Amino acid sequence: MAAITSSVPLADAPQTRRKFPFLLIALLLPMAIINFIAFVLPVVRLGMISFIESRSGGVLTNNYTLENYVSFFTDSFSFELVANSLTLGFGVTLITLCCAYPIALFLHRVSPKWRNMLFVITVSPLLVSSVVRTYGWMVILGDQGVVNGILMSSGIIDSPLRLTNNTLGVFIGMVEVLIPYMALSLIAGFGRLENVYEEAAASLGANRWTRFRRVILPLTAPGIALGCLLCFVLSISSFITPKLLGGGRVFLLATEIYDQAVIQLEWPTAAAISVIVLIIFGLALAVYSRVVKRFD
Amino acid sequence: MIGQLTIPFRLLVACIYLFLLAPILIVLPLSFSNDSYITFPPESWGLRWYAAMFSHAGFAQALWISFVIAITVTVLGLAAGVPAAFAIRRRKFIGREFLLNLFTAPLLLPSIVLGLAILLVFVQARLLGTYTGLIIAHLIITTPYVIRIMLTAFSTIPPSVEDAATMLGASPFTVVRRITLPLMMPGFIASAALSFLLSFDEVVISLFITGPRLRTLPVEIFDYVESQTDPMTAAVSVVLVVATLLIIFLIERTLGLSKTIGK
Repeated sequence: MAAITSSVPLADAPQTRRKFPFLLIALLLPMAIINFIAFVLPVVRLGMISFIESRSGGVLTNNYTLENYVSFFTDSFSFELVANSLTLGFGVTLITLCCAYPIALFLHRVSPKWRNMLFVITVSPLLVSSVVRTYGWMVILGDQGVVNGILMSSGIIDSPLRLTNNTLGVFIGMVEVLIPYMALSLIAGFGRLENVYEEAAASLGANRWTRFRRVILPLTAPGIALGCLLCFVLSISSFITPKLLGGGRVFLLATEIYDQAVIQLEWPTAAAISVIVLIIFGLALAVYSRVVKRFD
Repeated sequence: MIGQLTIPFRLLVACIYLFLLAPILIVLPLSFSNDSYITFPPESWGLRWYAAMFSHAGFAQALWISFVIAITVTVLGLAAGVPAAFAIRRRKFIGREFLLNLFTAPLLLPSIVLGLAILLVFVQARLLGTYTGLIIAHLIITTPYVIRIMLTAFSTIPPSVEDAATMLGASPFTVVRRITLPLMMPGFIASAALSFLLSFDEVVISLFITGPRLRTLPVEIFDYVESQTDPMTAAVSVVLVVATLLIIFLIERTLGLSKTIGK
């Protein structure tokens, strides 16, 4: 009996529309709470702390100051950090593009049977932790690693080549970590490339190089732009690979944020550097959107 | 002629693939080394470092902690993300676009900046080195993916199918159970798998907020790699890679199964 009587108001519910959207709020509230605690609040606090006067040992004062930014822009070491990070960002992006472009072109042209398998192989490194992949590079490039082992046992060199704990090692590791991202972006932009265009160019007398430069490259440019943005942004903010393959001798903005925050406990300084990284991100995004506008 | 794959081009691509996979492939032979330090090829072979790994208290404990956190994050992330994606896709309200952008914005923030930002809040809330803190921090990384995947999953379900079921006399509960849930199952499984893998692999943000007593596996490996150079990390890496492959294989099987049931 009770079940029957209680079912009556339930059936009526959709008709009597409530003014206040309880259901909608119930659906969105858990996500909103997580987002507020772990995103909105932290980002606001990061911005605020970057203006707080710094005291040693993680003590936060209530005095607001521009000191953290002033000392960043007047210190020659910070210019070194910015220069190193930008060099890494541009250099790694360019090399990654040169490595990923042939892969994307190959996947575009290979028969569908092979394409699926090779596509999975291309993106599968994304599922392996970057710590593991970086460790793999330490094994390959280390003083007693694979490369030096082969070169020394074959008598080409007497003492091991310095391939880790320097910028070269970081470059090699970063390029490898970023190839899947670049390849994914390129493949997404290769849809417009069709053989007919190339055949048309060839019939008009364009040679291999001209076809690549005047037909293939312009058609795939949007994918290139997206991939470069992604790789630049990821390499500027990368931390694991530079820290492990750089062996503490490669100084970048990202490694400095970690050192200042976790080792020195200079949170305001770390927060100010983070804001500067975000500004570089904003600039990269602005350049990207201007470049993309030119394609349309 | 056009679009043909020449031999030099094939060779070039093969070399790039070798470069791409080299660091993952190299850890497998190295993990069976019996040497005290990294030499390649190893001077002696054996299972010494696998045994060392399982008797190493730090790794065993960290593996368990990472597993518990990843499972919790997967469940909570789906519980929060799926309803939010449903509301954004199926309900019309002011600020939909804004909420969607807000919920997926953490994807755009570099994890080193997000890690520091979360540290600065958690240090005051006394959440550093706690399960609660790690779970909340991981949720902010996994939920943007859950919402993106589920938005796509919901938009592939035509509302007309649900309407048809309602017209044929199905109650709203039956519609959800018999129509909506089975149709969104692939998206659901994909979200769950990605959440688990993202949380299990997360290292940068965890580095900021783990404490000496509560360390996840990637953090433990990171610290070990930074201080020690012996083949134990190779053994741990192989276990991680095999576990990841196993999860993907299981999903492939279940997704394939759910598709055949759907037919």
